[in-house]
Amino acid sequence: MSFTPENLARAQSVIAQYPDAHSAILPLAHIAQDQDGWLTTEAMAEIADLVGTTPADVQGVCSFYTMYKRRPCGKLVVSVCTNVTCLVVGGPEILEHLNDRYAADDDVFVEEVECLAACGNAPAMQVNYEYHEHLVPEMAAAIVDDYKSGVLQPRGVSGGLK
Amino acid sequence: MTDTKKIEVRETRIVTRRLHDVVDAWKYENARADGAYQIWADVLRKGDAADLLAQVKASGLRGRGGANFPTAIKWESLPADVFPRYLVINGDEGEPSTFKDREIIEKDPHALVEGVCIEAFACGINKAFIYLRGEFALGYDRVVNAVKEASANGWVGENIQGSGFSLDIVVHRGAGAYICGEESALIESLEGKRGMPRIKPPLPIHSGVYAKPTVVNNVETASTLTHIIKMGGAEYAKLGVGRSTGTRVAAISGHIKNPGIYEIEFGMTFREIIFELCGGLRDDKELKFFLPGGASFQWLVNCDEHLDQVYDIDDITAKLGTTLGSGAIMVYDQSTDPVLVAWRLAKFYAHESCGKCTPCREGTGWIEKILYRMSHGQGRPTDMELLLSMSANVSPDVLRAPFTQTTICPLGPSPVSAVASLEKYFRAEVDAACSGGRPGIAVNVRVNS
Amino acid sequence: MTAVNEAKTTVTVTIDGKSIEARPGELLIKVAQDNGIYIPRFCWHERMKPVGMCRMCLVEVDGIRGFPPACTMPVSEAMVCHTDTDSVKAAQDGVLELLLINHPLDCPVCDRGGECPLQDTTLAFGPVESRFVEEKRHFEKPIAISDLVLLDRERCIQCARCTRFADEIAGDPLISFVDRGDHTQVLNFPDDPFSSYFSGNVVQICPVGALTAKPYRFKARPWDLATVETSCTTCAVHCRGAVQSSSNQIVRLLGVDSEPVNQGWLCDKGRFGYEHVHSAARVLTPRVGGREASWPQALDAAVAELKSAKNLHGGGAIAMIGGASGTNESAYAWARLTKGVIGTDNVDAQLGDGIAAEVVLGSDRAQISDLDNAAAIVLCAGDLKEELPVLFLRVKRAALELGVPLVDLSAAPHGLSKYVTHALGAAPGEQGLVAEQLASAIGGATPANETIAAATRSIGSREGNIVVILGRTSLAERDDTVVSAAAALGALPRVRFLSALRRSNVHGALEAGLAPGFLPGRVSLDSGRVHFTSNWGSVPAERGLGTEGILRACAEGKIHVLVLVGADPLADFPDRSLAKQALDTVGVVIAIDAFETPSNRRAKVFMPCTLWAEQGGTVTNLEGRVQRVSRKVSASGLALDDWRIASELAQRMGSDFDLETVDEITEEFSRVAPAWAGASTATIRNARDGVVLPFADHLGEVVFRRGGSSLDIEYSLSWEPIRADGDDVAVEASDVDETAEIDRTIATEDALTLFVWDRVVAPRSIPQRDAYALRVNVGRKLYDGGRIVAESPSLVGLKKAPTMLVSSADAARLGVLSGESVKATSSRGSITVELKAARGIAPGTASLGFSADGTGASELIDASVSVTDIRVETLR
Ligand SMILES: Cc1cc2nc3c(=O)[nH]c(=O)nc-3n(C[C@H](O)[C@H](O)[C@H](O)COP(=O)(O)O)c2cc1C
Ligand code: SF4
Ligand code: FES
Repeated sequence: MSFTPENLARAQSVIAQYPDAHSAILPLAHIAQDQDGWLTTEAMAEIADLVGTTPADVQGVCSFYTMYKRRPCGKLVVSVCTNVTCLVVGGPEILEHLNDRYAADDDVFVEEVECLAACGNAPAMQVNYEYHEHLVPEMAAAIVDDYKSGVLQPRGVSGGLK
Repeated sequence: MTDTKKIEVRETRIVTRRLHDVVDAWKYENARADGAYQIWADVLRKGDAADLLAQVKASGLRGRGGANFPTAIKWESLPADVFPRYLVINGDEGEPSTFKDREIIEKDPHALVEGVCIEAFACGINKAFIYLRGEFALGYDRVVNAVKEASANGWVGENIQGSGFSLDIVVHRGAGAYICGEESALIESLEGKRGMPRIKPPLPIHSGVYAKPTVVNNVETASTLTHIIKMGGAEYAKLGVGRSTGTRVAAISGHIKNPGIYEIEFGMTFREIIFELCGGLRDDKELKFFLPGGASFQWLVNCDEHLDQVYDIDDITAKLGTTLGSGAIMVYDQSTDPVLVAWRLAKFYAHESCGKCTPCREGTGWIEKILYRMSHGQGRPTDMELLLSMSANVSPDVLRAPFTQTTICPLGPSPVSAVASLEKYFRAEVDAACSGGRPGIAVNVRVNS
Repeated sequence: MTAVNEAKTTVTVTIDGKSIEARPGELLIKVAQDNGIYIPRFCWHERMKPVGMCRMCLVEVDGIRGFPPACTMPVSEAMVCHTDTDSVKAAQDGVLELLLINHPLDCPVCDRGGECPLQDTTLAFGPVESRFVEEKRHFEKPIAISDLVLLDRERCIQCARCTRFADEIAGDPLISFVDRGDHTQVLNFPDDPFSSYFSGNVVQICPVGALTAKPYRFKARPWDLATVETSCTTCAVHCRGAVQSSSNQIVRLLGVDSEPVNQGWLCDKGRFGYEHVHSAARVLTPRVGGREASWPQALDAAVAELKSAKNLHGGGAIAMIGGASGTNESAYAWARLTKGVIGTDNVDAQLGDGIAAEVVLGSDRAQISDLDNAAAIVLCAGDLKEELPVLFLRVKRAALELGVPLVDLSAAPHGLSKYVTHALGAAPGEQGLVAEQLASAIGGATPANETIAAATRSIGSREGNIVVILGRTSLAERDDTVVSAAAALGALPRVRFLSALRRSNVHGALEAGLAPGFLPGRVSLDSGRVHFTSNWGSVPAERGLGTEGILRACAEGKIHVLVLVGADPLADFPDRSLAKQALDTVGVVIAIDAFETPSNRRAKVFMPCTLWAEQGGTVTNLEGRVQRVSRKVSASGLALDDWRIASELAQRMGSDFDLETVDEITEEFSRVAPAWAGASTATIRNARDGVVLPFADHLGEVVFRRGGSSLDIEYSLSWEPIRADGDDVAVEASDVDETAEIDRTIATEDALTLFVWDRVVAPRSIPQRDAYALRVNVGRKLYDGGRIVAESPSLVGLKKAPTMLVSSADAARLGVLSGESVKATSSRGSITVELKAARGIAPGTASLGFSADGTGASELIDASVSVTDIRVETLR
């Protein structure tokens, strides 16, 4: 979907912050991903147009960054850290548990991520970039379920506030 | 070399005081009640940028992003008379087990904003970018909000407090790429490009964002400035040892009883940090090894020489070759398989390689594949030799610390630090684990995500 | 590299023990290469900024820790570098091993096999066996990234040459790296192919077989190819190239790096257009009255017509259009035939789509390389990207990389618009007026507006010449506007012109005298009369007609024989109805061509001529540079070179040229033609980048090849900018004089002067446009319907139907939707065309592509009026 009028206005004000519109590619892609649930080719083309470059350029830039999903990823992006602190305090077990549990759930996209800078309270995960720390597998699943059932309100899939 | 000065085994909370002592310090009223923007107001009133530089120079402050570069010298290198020039704050914190900047960003964003204001004034800069790691969604909200409140209260914007000085702060969110912590990759990213490090020279200070002179400093570095101005540079320099002045916010994690951030005056020993400050290991298990400065440098082990090493930027490099890097300390007990940790680090670097340099793009991946089989019961007797000779393609003098590199930036050789650590301290354990595999047979055909 | 502007300051560096002088800041890899030390590399390319990605060029430098890459290392005084130590070799081997771990090693089925730098480097430097046992990276094998280029991502070694080329050089960032780390791949955007006009260059500079060109795929193996250096004559830039053939078939054209001309690049039309030479549609046998005939029959028939017309009505009853598609020698032979033998001055190499020959030949000429350090470049021409693509690259580079101000007089958006620094916003037909304003501001008068003031300021602050690129701004306007712009700007000091006439060898043809009022070597008919009469026997008594006049005279029945030498007025003359009337009325058409065209279909005599790569000789590009073109394949069928046809006709007309070879013509040309004085066969052959005319004015810039001509091309270097003659020496101007081989005098008793245009321009007025009309701007497209595109299978599909672009305001006013077909009507006729609303089009104007197949815009244009206004109505 192309930018809604409100998002288009936001996009334009973001562009205006920078001396060079090209700088706005990342923030604009966040807005688009929050809006559409993933980064569509249509969005990349529209961003290219807004910042004055080619869609191929925008695609090249966005594909560099792991937060942009270029395929639909459901409503919840669950990012589980297994890096070297989480590794030794149960991160991989949480990942495995959530992977199994939500394997067939199109709403939940479980991914293994690198260090989330939450090692002080490891193991940690994020759900749509909101932190949950000090986890054990069942607790992690309960949190995801809370988001699914609406007990917890998720951010957008790119981490923007709803 | 290290002073013999006795450092008390307790935190010295300068940069982190407010976020510990003030409830909801991220809110403007709370931070302001605690004195936020007071120093900024004084600076504006005095209007003496040269004095700021002098104070920072006297303080001996060295960058807290990992490279330990003296902040004042960086500022002094700004080419005179070239405008516009920019300030970029590096808040991309992504080094494994490093989480000190996130604390400041989320809990005390006004400290960061005030530091940015002072730094911009000192360097004659009217536009600053705060680049935050994309995953810091809450941090982003907090910093954006802080900038908004600071503007609303006249601390940021046009003609601040009638001083004639203007500053615009743009908060920019990354999108998931560790390499964007490297300053030139960060600048590329800020320009809306793939975050691939630039060839140096030119350095950012000469040609950074939009090819204009650009000061890049870490979040902690910027947040420290207010305190230096408040205390006076000379006073700040009394803290610490040798050329490692002041305090460092260390992020300590792993098999540790009380993980978290600790603001340490330089000069403590690792023994004091791990066993006294942090209470020792979880369940009082025995220490096996620890990473003294983030994920990229060589490890230290449970021996007197290493534990009695003083927390001092220059001394540790001179004596042990490793560095204090990003300020993270990871602690591992005897149950830990060092090959597994090395593998996970290699996997991190392979995943985060920007792909620009052949040795890093292909080499980190290959190192990871060898370490994978070694750590997953499929190691072969020849693997350690292969690993060492393969690592030499990325870092020719494999065991040397600090490492040499065939790449543009230090990401490529970073996993070699782990390989070298295995070779130096765990060779027997590795050989024992890798005696079973059969050479010549592909074992780990797996889909890489 | 010219002897004259060699920088004075140098540093001394030591590479592998060898002491070398270099310019400070030059890259180590280049300094080593220029001194015979080859440091292996993949990502570095001389014509692009270094990226230091592949790390193949690692070396050791005393005092620097580790292994810095030579490609990003500027040399400095006393630097000591090692490229051949064991540790350097180990470091390079390590990189090579890593480059190969994910490479498929499918060399036997790879187009690049045999000329692959990765393969060569592996043989020369590489490790022997693989220690990598894991699965390699897999991608779908080759995917088309455009109509012309295929990409095999498994073979890619991520050197970024292609993506950098697309962005940095071509300005078409339509491919880029996608994903990260060892997943990095090159890709275009879905449904948005890499349809750059320069896409073929990425195939040439790819250091492996990842990028291949569809036209060449599986056509040949490199070791079977025979190669010769030549120039591309698809347009008037004359990019240097190396043409390769296998079994008498041209299979490839590679760019050769000529610093003053193309810097290694080619456009795709030039690169792949060779296909038309082998088109099945070629006419390979002479025809008389539509029936196949022998050469003697055809020549006799032609001569009979020419003689009878001449005898009955005088030479003026005969006219010739064309002569721009062959060599200088052919043009000279045709000039001598028409003007010296037939006795007509109704001769024109242009088809009413160019600029008056007086302006082209009589104004101070700039060279292409002057663009690099010009005070400013003033654009008063059509769309260079469409018409002269590699010149476009040079202008783009000057503006973007070298900071040269770009002042634009265009009335419609074009390929360079985004690089323009001062857009003066001229309306169609009014470029002349704006040029006058600019000229008077530069001359010191109060600027007419702020943009002109800004342009004047930036020009005033810079050294160097103002280079005016002068071409036909629009085919829907007469050339008056351009001529008056040239008159105004030409009156200023330090202004030089690059005339943007695009057709093949049109500049050579004009130099040779294929224009009314001119004789070879840039002399006017009157000034050269005595001299050429003594050389040729006779010259026409008075000035004749140009193409427009010829066509009008044909239509009025005043011309009895029209000779078309590679010319197709129905396709190319802007006013199609005039061309049609002319061809319908004229009694006899004699055609010299390689293809049947609508214009020559009814020719009484048709004589087939050879094409590019079938004929050798010299050509002259738009800056007046004379370079050699080479014969690579034998003539198709019974086709003859144009010059030979002219010479045979002359002989049958009773006037033997006594010129048996191309070289003999070149020699005569340089002996009798003033601007050519001294440009002898040997000189042109030995000068590395050809010679610029008049040779006498540019002697100091000429660099000679050592040891005469060496046209062998190392084909295995095709991924590098090829240069045929690595061992050139710069010859000082004085040395050249001393050799005394170059005779720069013309043997004549008369005071022969090169023609200088007096810049007297008749006053003109531009009609008012009425509020409902749109003033139309018509420009050519690269992929037009011309012969080269139409007869090259790889290019023909790239031609797009013309669309008419208008501003969205006008689209709304007309009630037309973008993408809808409309009827456009001028005073001349009407056409149906798709209309699109586009950015950058000024309200009240429309922009339309010219179709070289005789449909479309030419139906609307009236050659007798200065601008074309149209009305647009929907078809709904
Ligand atoms: C691979 C790599 C990652 C880095 N990541 C960070 C980071 O996350 N945060 C940071 O402040 N500096 C990081 N740096 C260091 C920066 O390049 C730069 O030195 C620093 O931001 C300068 O600020 P300082 O002088 O205040 O330390 C990284 C460097 C490298 C080579
Ligand atoms: S070392 Fe790795 S991360 Fe750094 S620039 Fe090279 S490829 Fe990129
Ligand atoms: S040629 Fe130097 S790094 Fe590629």
